[in-house]
Amino acid sequence: MSEEVVSYPGARRPDRSRRVDAHGVGIAVYEWGTPEARPLLLAHGGFDFAGTFDVFAPLLADAGWRVVSWDHRGHGDSDQTALYSWQADLRDALAVMDSVGREPMPIVAHSKGGGVCMQLTEARPHRVSRFANLDGMPSRWPHPDVAEHERTKLRDSELGGWLDWRRRAGELARKPGTLDELAARRGRMNPRLSREWLRYLVTIGARRDADGWRWKIDPSMRFGGFGPWRPDWSLERMRGFPVPLLGILGLIEEEMGWGTTPDFIRPYLPRDARLVAFEDSGHFVHIEHPRRVADLVLEFLA
Amino acid sequence: MSVKLRHNRVELALHELGDATSGPVLLLLHGLGERTPKRVPGDCATWPGRVFGLDLTGHGDSSIPRGGGYTSEILMGDVDAALAHLGPSTLLGRGLGAYLALLAAGARPKLVHGAILSDGPGLAGGSARPGTPLIPMPDPGALAPPDPFALVELAVDVRPPDYASSFVRQATQLSELERPISICTLERPDWLRALLDEPGVQECELADALAYYAQPARRRGP
Repeated sequence: MSEEVVSYPGARRPDRSRRVDAHGVGIAVYEWGTPEARPLLLAHGGFDFAGTFDVFAPLLADAGWRVVSWDHRGHGDSDQTALYSWQADLRDALAVMDSVGREPMPIVAHSKGGGVCMQLTEARPHRVSRFANLDGMPSRWPHPDVAEHERTKLRDSELGGWLDWRRRAGELARKPGTLDELAARRGRMNPRLSREWLRYLVTIGARRDADGWRWKIDPSMRFGGFGPWRPDWSLERMRGFPVPLLGILGLIEEEMGWGTTPDFIRPYLPRDARLVAFEDSGHFVHIEHPRRVADLVLEFLA
Repeated sequence: MSVKLRHNRVELALHELGDATSGPVLLLLHGLGERTPKRVPGDCATWPGRVFGLDLTGHGDSSIPRGGGYTSEILMGDVDAALAHLGPSTLLGRGLGAYLALLAAGARPKLVHGAILSDGPGLAGGSARPGTPLIPMPDPGALAPPDPFALVELAVDVRPPDYASSFVRQATQLSELERPISICTLERPDWLRALLDEPGVQECELADALAYYAQPARRRGP
């Protein structure tokens, strides 16, 4: 097999990486920009990893920010654990924040990372200065990238199937494939992203074993399921969100999108929140339009 | 005698408590922070078959995962691992174990031959809806088991009443029993109160619930 080095225009790997011990769980942390620059936290969504910011993060770093991102537990190069939950993601995020500093810092977060970090901000309002949410504003609908026990409602027919899958979860392994096969598989979740970008992601989010490439994400995580969580709970709290809020929505519906529309979300927004809708983008606004999103975020943080 | 079962990356301890070698199976589910008792509890002494107890993840002789992440739904998977080993069983849950017995009865209505809900630690859970956003932090000096993450995370576990009711409906529709859920608790948190009006739920003394499920012929009428 020849060396498969894949580059992508504008993509830049982090300047530094380190590990944070989040109560016994090793979290892989990445930084773009000079260590002396003002820090901001950048959170990815479910089933993603920090490397999906390889184009977007450098744009913020080059504008004078120390951009700190991390792979959520079970994702990318962070430890795989026996248990996953929203609360655990919240605690891991706080551990990463603690590793950066105690002064308030801005958070920029995509999709499920937006939901988790909005709750982090509500629990620790004195630690966050501003919040930019990239297509992760609350919605009424089940979120495809949110793990099984955090879904909107019980689906009777899924209960037994979910338990059947739990019985096998310990023996599951990601299926190996060529770089192109893995890119094609991810393309089913990311139908609007280019093949070149997906090939690039394979080289970061997958590892190469003797029998082929495998996505690193924990095989015991899966889409779908059930749980007691209701979207209304986070929607109702949003009016009182404690720091300035920028919400960016991608309006083209797609597999991983949350389907949040401006008309739906506006009544719940804090009075001084800013909402920007991209009519020409799907869920991954920062990947489809990195420059436009970076400019909006930089203006908001200025 | 005890065996180890596997649920994903967790090793669960399943203990056999009684001397019986045959008859219907009773599976005890302990409360939050507890572990399986060493002997068959006195109030279960009349059970005519085998008696087992499962140590939940992070409790008793089961393994303690790193970094928490507990949910009742995942612990329902612990109960299912025991059901896969034991086959059809009557569940007797204390506290948290009572809530898990309810979930398992709804999710595995053909395997759970009645769920008995009794008082114990963790019966209430957090509340019917989330309170002020909280990041549960474990006691760093705690001696485990029980896993300190389990104690803090399952104390804020949200249990909406209509969510709990949906498991009763699933159990009632698909179980062979006329009354698959028995409530024997004095404490009545919102999720549990919501069950009282559901068909298929009976309020009774523990001894009566055990006697009801001990009869193998206790099936729906023709």
